[in-house]
Amino acid sequence: MTGVRNALRVALRNGKLVAGLAVVLALLLTALVVPATIAYGPNEYVGPAAAPPSAEYWFGTTTFGQDVFAQFAYGLRATFLVGLLGGGLAAVIGMAVGFTAGYRGGLVDEILNMITNIVLVLPALVVLLIVNAYLGVRDVGVQALFIGLTSWPWAARAIRAQTLSLRSRDFVDLARLSGMRTPGIIVREIAPNMSSYLFMTFILLFGGSILIAASLDFIGLGPSQGVSLGLMLNNAARWSALHLGMWWWFVPPGAGITAVVGSLYVVNVGLDEVFNPKLREM
Amino acid sequence: MSLTVTDLRVHYRTPRGEVRALDGVTFTVADGEIMGLAGESGSGKSTLGTSLVRLDGRMRHVGGTVELDGVPLPVADSAAMDRFRFRAVSVIPQYSMSALNPTRKIGKMVAELLASRGERPDRAELERRLALVGLPPDVLGRYPIELSGGMKQRVVMVVSTLLNPSLLIADEVTSALDVSSQKAVAGMLLGLRDEGLVTSMIMVTHDISLVYQIADTIAVMYAGRLAEKAPADVIVTAPRHPYTRLLISSLPEVGVRQAERRLDGIPGTPPSLLDPPEGCRFRDRCPLAFDRCAERPPFAEVAPGHSVACWKAV
Amino acid sequence: MLRLDGVSKIYRAGPFGGRELRAVSGVGFEVNAGEVVSLIGESGSGKSTIGRMVLRLASVTEGTITFDGEDVSAIRSPKAYYRQVQGVFQDPFSGFNPIFAADRVFEMIRREYFPRVSRAAWRERVESALAGVRLDPGQVLGRYPHQLSGGQLQRMLIARALLLDIRLLVADEIISMLDASTRVDVLNLLADLRSRGLGVLFVTHDLSLGTYVSDRTVVLRRGRIAEMGPTERVFGDPLHPYTRTLLDSVPRLHVKWAERRDEERAGRTVCPFHDRAPGTPVRGDLAEPEKDHHVACAGPGACPAAEEPEFRQPSAKERV
Repeated sequence: MTGVRNALRVALRNGKLVAGLAVVLALLLTALVVPATIAYGPNEYVGPAAAPPSAEYWFGTTTFGQDVFAQFAYGLRATFLVGLLGGGLAAVIGMAVGFTAGYRGGLVDEILNMITNIVLVLPALVVLLIVNAYLGVRDVGVQALFIGLTSWPWAARAIRAQTLSLRSRDFVDLARLSGMRTPGIIVREIAPNMSSYLFMTFILLFGGSILIAASLDFIGLGPSQGVSLGLMLNNAARWSALHLGMWWWFVPPGAGITAVVGSLYVVNVGLDEVFNPKLREM
Repeated sequence: MSLTVTDLRVHYRTPRGEVRALDGVTFTVADGEIMGLAGESGSGKSTLGTSLVRLDGRMRHVGGTVELDGVPLPVADSAAMDRFRFRAVSVIPQYSMSALNPTRKIGKMVAELLASRGERPDRAELERRLALVGLPPDVLGRYPIELSGGMKQRVVMVVSTLLNPSLLIADEVTSALDVSSQKAVAGMLLGLRDEGLVTSMIMVTHDISLVYQIADTIAVMYAGRLAEKAPADVIVTAPRHPYTRLLISSLPEVGVRQAERRLDGIPGTPPSLLDPPEGCRFRDRCPLAFDRCAERPPFAEVAPGHSVACWKAV
Repeated sequence: MLRLDGVSKIYRAGPFGGRELRAVSGVGFEVNAGEVVSLIGESGSGKSTIGRMVLRLASVTEGTITFDGEDVSAIRSPKAYYRQVQGVFQDPFSGFNPIFAADRVFEMIRREYFPRVSRAAWRERVESALAGVRLDPGQVLGRYPHQLSGGQLQRMLIARALLLDIRLLVADEIISMLDASTRVDVLNLLADLRSRGLGVLFVTHDLSLGTYVSDRTVVLRRGRIAEMGPTERVFGDPLHPYTRTLLDSVPRLHVKWAERRDEERAGRTVCPFHDRAPGTPVRGDLAEPEKDHHVACAGPGACPAAEEPEFRQPSAKERV
């Protein structure tokens, strides 16, 4: 397909896309590879207490002598996982509901809209609290599942609105006149038109999941095992890292969250330019 | 002489460079004259209409002058033009259906507009003018959303002529309407002139048959320049510019059947105004083109009130 | 070939479809092979809805649309139907997915209908279809929609239809967004297709375009047929006052409105078609005062016996 190769060539020439992807991939690589190279766990007391960054402990240590770099690498892994699973689940539900409601219209739309609105007004944090209190969230997967099940409605509404406006365009009718069926039209005609929009939605859901997870971790409802960037921030705040001048404790997790979400945003802007042939020429 | 435009040049800024939307346009509109300004999309007709009132952010005045009733209009200076808008020159925009502020009642909006020009509304006169375009006086107490599209357009017609401007520019006001309402709106425009509410008028349109119905003269634009200007009957029956001739002969009329009389369009497309060719812009599509067309033909008067930009017509 | 019988379209609006809106009411006519039928009406007349129903893009509420005697709504394989019946719409830019190259509309036909045809053979077919609409393949293939003119795009959509074995083309206002100097070329193209045996349903609001190409004319008003018959009869001797109003309002070259007033007054003032004389051949609600020329009751104002049926065209939102 010359079209794909063409798009790839344009994509590789796009600075924003390449730079954003580079940062995301570097962080992802850190999360995947680094934990395997460290001999001890993230919560083990391995070094001197409250040591600033050094050659041995790159990001320094906590008040209790835990290695911040190890926590960062493990935490990054948990953060990617909760973002990917939670955001991914929410995106899948949001797309299914949004595309169906927007394309089918009529009664289907009204019913799906009603469900969406009900979930939308549910106070997600309260639901998560209750669920957590009764079922218990002991690992990142379960946490991501609950986050995903509660954070899709706005995505569904946004996708529905976009689909609704695209559906009335003549090219959708012409696709039907070419014998294409509904799923094919959604996947091949409608979705590509909003691919950057869908990616943006995913990024926001991804970032949102990370932030919700951090809030849950903060109030003690996070996974009981392991670490996350949210938990690190929470610990740093709890043990007054800011007042003690231990910047190396809270800067890495904060910067990590910002870098993940921020660089994905830059990727999105770049993708918009790649996908939109009109912007491409400017 | 009501309006004199001399060598007006206006460019559009686009990411790919400057589009020479108006490239040296010279004409006059007499007192009481309704001039139809016809052309295809991209010919610069709308740019000409709007540049006499308000240059938008992407438009740049490159050269030429505009004079209205002996006073030069500062078309390049939007702030200085403010003194002339509504009073001297006014416009009925193409999308007048959406030109009204939805949060204001019509009457209040009119009062505010007049106040901003230092005028007091004259209720009786206002109602008389509404009646002229077939609107009941109670529209003043209504919000724009309560009016139909056609009614809103007529409100805008009344508002834009409240201060009896010397020149009214009607920009494609009939193109979104059905045939029966087209006729009514065209009749109202004629009424504005006949009642003396406006002195002269430029009616920008792509529909020559429609503008022929009410205009005294018709100017035909092609690729940023005027091709021909003449009395309406002359343009329709005895055009001199090859473009006008081909254009007129390509228009199907009610009653003309393809089986009996096959009409033909004009082959080719207009040149890009990003980097237009030298000489006559119609040269590439013109059946009469010859060597001299590489040189720009002057917009010369060939008969009283009839000007043509073509070497073959001189 | 195509036949509509008592076709109505009712939209349900309001929460859970509480209110009914009639967009089309009891419309019946035929389109034969090698014939251009223009469907003329103002905005809200239901003309586009009829085109969409023929193309199965909107469902038929009442009545039947048949193609070669087969009920279009009951067709099990729309694909086989679309092989013979195709449409082209008003806005050429909206017909192309803006993020793909324009020639994707051809590729879509190949993928769905001719997956076994080799790329080289397909390219030949596309080029000959483009030649049929007088487009230079080099100028349009591989370009994006925004790089092409409306006229070029509209012709590409006609070429797309010609790649199939079409017998009926629904052309919905395909001229109205084109420039005057290229309009007539697209009209001539439709006329050429007719001479190749194609039937064309030409939906338009413009009477002069309708008369130029069509053999028969159907005038729609508020979802109903006002008058229909051979084009030269309908416009040469209009029987319905609405047709006369339309004819009178359409701006013409060479004749000004003011000069036509007398013609207008010479028209009939009473409606002879309300109480149809017994024995007058009738089709639906229409009288047939002369062979193949059908006309409806003139309605209130022109006909003292008539009552205006309630009518409101649904908004775009209500059409969901």
